[in-house]
Formats: sequence, C-alpha cells, structure tokens
Amino acid sequence: MSILVQTDACVGAGQCALVAPDVFDQDDNGIVLLLEPDPQGADLAAATRAVRLCPARAIALSTT
Amino acid sequence: MSSPARVVIVGASIGGLTVAESLRDEGFDGEITLLGDEPHLPYTRPPLSKQILAGEWQPEQAAIRTAAELDGLGIRVLTGRAATGLDVEARTLHTDDGALPFDELVIATGTRPRPHPVLAEASTLRTMDDALRLRERMETARRVAVIGSGILGSEIASAARKRDAEVLLVGRSGSLGFGGVGTLLSDELTRLHEQHGVELALRAELVGAELAGAGLAPNASGSTTLAFADGTSRAVDLVVAMIGGTPRTEWLAASTLDLADGVVCDHLGVAAPGISAVGDVAAWLDPITGRHRRVEHQSNAIEQAIAVAARLAHGGEGAQPVPLFWSEIHGTRIHAYGWFDPERPLAELPKTSDSPGTVSGSHDEAGELRGVVGWNAPPRDFRTARAAVVTTIRPLVAHS
Repeated sequence: MSILVQTDACVGAGQCALVAPDVFDQDDNGIVLLLEPDPQGADLAAATRAVRLCPARAIALSTT
Repeated sequence: MSSPARVVIVGASIGGLTVAESLRDEGFDGEITLLGDEPHLPYTRPPLSKQILAGEWQPEQAAIRTAAELDGLGIRVLTGRAATGLDVEARTLHTDDGALPFDELVIATGTRPRPHPVLAEASTLRTMDDALRLRERMETARRVAVIGSGILGSEIASAARKRDAEVLLVGRSGSLGFGGVGTLLSDELTRLHEQHGVELALRAELVGAELAGAGLAPNASGSTTLAFADGTSRAVDLVVAMIGGTPRTEWLAASTLDLADGVVCDHLGVAAPGISAVGDVAAWLDPITGRHRRVEHQSNAIEQAIAVAARLAHGGEGAQPVPLFWSEIHGTRIHAYGWFDPERPLAELPKTSDSPGTVSGSHDEAGELRGVVGWNAPPRDFRTARAAVVTTIRPLVAHS
C-alpha cells in the first residue's frame, strides 16, 4: 500500500492532517504534504480514513 | 443485526459513491448497485464552480474513480439511469429501465438548482454539463450578472472576475451568506468582492428581464436587460442564477416516505425500515438543534455516507457529522467547522504565526467554542482551533 496525493485538487480542508498526523501535514497554503508514503499499522488505518474523508478526493491509496 | 445481501444506492455523486466504497471498507461482501441519472461516472462537484469554471481543469480531472476501479471494488454502476418510484413495503426501486429489488436502499439524489422565478432561462450550475455550458458562455461574456448571495454566487462571481468580466452580484437580502456560518461573514465578503472589482447590488429584487437578440440561448451573443424593483435596469451578456436548491424527491412523491423538506430521517439517517438517505437530499434529525435539517455541503455528504455504511455493514451508530465547509473566493481561502449562532458575532482567536490570515470562533451561551472560521488562516492554527470545538450533543442556546 502506498499513498498518492494530488496537490492541485487539494482544498486545504485539513481532514487528512487531523486524522492521520503522522502521514500528512499541510504547507502554509494548506496544501497537503505527504510525510509517510508507505504507512503501516495504525497509521495505515488512519490514512485510509483520511482518503475517505478528503472532501476533494485529493489523496488515494494505491495497492501497486 | 445481520448484514443485508443487496444494497441499492440511488445517486452516483460523492454521497452515493462514498456509501458504496465505505461498505467495502467495512468488509461488506454483498451486492452493491449504484445508479445515477447523469451519463458520467462519479465526479466531485466542488471544482465545478472553481477550477472547471475558471478553465484550469478539464472534466477528467474531476472524475473520482475509473470504471476498472469500481469494477475491482465490486460496485455495479448504472449511469444514465433514473429512479422513477419506490415501493417501501416491497423493497423495490423502480427505474426508467426496470425494477431493482433491494434489502437496503440509500437515497443520495441531491438537489437541483431552483429556477429563478422571473428568469427561468438563466444559467445555473449543478452538474458537470451545466459547468461546461456555463464555461463556454463565460468565455465570451463581458458583462455577467450573478443572482444569489450564497457561497456559490460568490464563487461564480469570483470565477467571472478571473476572466476579467464586469461582474454584478445581486442578492435579495441585505447581506452575503456563507453556508452554515450564515451572514456572520457578510462584511468581510462584501469587502473582498469590492476589492476585486465586483459590483454588489444587495436588497435588489429582480422583477423582469428583457431578452435582446438570442439572449439567453446557449452560446448566443446578444444581451439581457435586467429590471429591478427600484426601477433601475442593467444590460448584461450572461445571467447566472444561484438561488438555492430543491431536493430531488419528485420520484418519491407516491411513496410513503416523509418528504417535508427532502427525505426526513432520524439522527442515523434512517427514513424507513430498509431505507436511508445521505447528502443534500437528506434531512437528518440534528441532535444539536432538535430539528430536521438538510445540510448542503460535500463533507456532510461524505460523513453521513461513512456513518450509514458502517450501520448497514454491522449495525454501528457511526459518528455524528460535524459541519465542515470551505471556499476560495478571489484567491482567499475560507474554511468553517462546527455550528454558528447567527445572533452572536465571531470573535478572533489567537494564532501562533504572524501570517495575515485569521481564525475566529463562535461561542455558545456557556462561552464554549462551537464553531471556527479560518480566513486565509495558517493551516496549523485552523486545525488547532477546530480540535478545540466542543462537538458533544448540546444545544447552542439553552432551551427554556
């Protein structure tokens, strides 16, 4: 599993950094920053939740 | 509770799709059928009034899932398929192409724009096709009137200014609204529009419109003269009306569901045994206010969808959605989270950085923080502020 982010879709809602703070952060404009592209365990569960909650569908989980 | 074998979801936008995906996240292995009346696979709507209208994105960029991905998740998607009726007792959905039996049905049909009473032909925006038509009109329109004082009116005014058109923003009320924040940001929004060259006409009621030439026909040149209640008039090339949405429940009219304003549901999204509703069309019981209320925001649709999927998969109650919404108007990023009492002005909250952005809060009678607004806010400050919002079920104003 790896995380993909699409920064031009990001609206800076910050859902990801809130629910998975070890995987995502935001830059000064609120745009998503990927801290951990290959999260494990609890971080992976949190990242999965972030993917679903993202209002812009700017993050995705890739199985490849 | 045993999990259902067949889930049918009506409405293939973010709410409906998120129900389907979340069912799979929860380990549901029954049949999932998702149908939508648009010809497109699910796409996100928020970019329609922003990147798509501004011409920065092509339609494919708003797509959420490919056909192969949906197939891989075992989600059967029927596009171009409209629901036409519902038999609650028999648990059967009727469509324009046959009946679909279900064990659980989720209604996520959203809203459609309310036509302007004086000018039903005015452009409007809800679907991708609406956005592409409007974008084409905007490419040539030099004078644009936007009717509607809500978030979408402001966003479309902003998109038209990006294209350097002259923009008149018309509102019947005296103030500008921002979703659940109500009119608490009206002064700031007014200033923002004025700084970016939008002419505001508030307390202005449109009473008539005269079409010259091909007027409002798609792709036409020619102008429309708008007449206002105060006797003034204005000629423009393009009129966009964003005066609110009507829940798409007409196909449910003959059913036994309560359709007072959208599909009336309990606090878990249940409309009737075996029938749930999520998103713009759904009026869930809001435990904070004790009233049924429709919330027309993307994040609300997502959170309701996640909660309903968890309940269908294994009977959990799921988390109560907390309103979260955002916009970008003339390049200013505005985010709001929580609940807002229209009677109490926002109070600026402390922030940690020296950026020019602000975070303000809405407090309840007990002085507790219940909602926060970020205005170009440093993201960390907004996150800190929203984490401090009290989201437990308690009314904003004490009931006497």
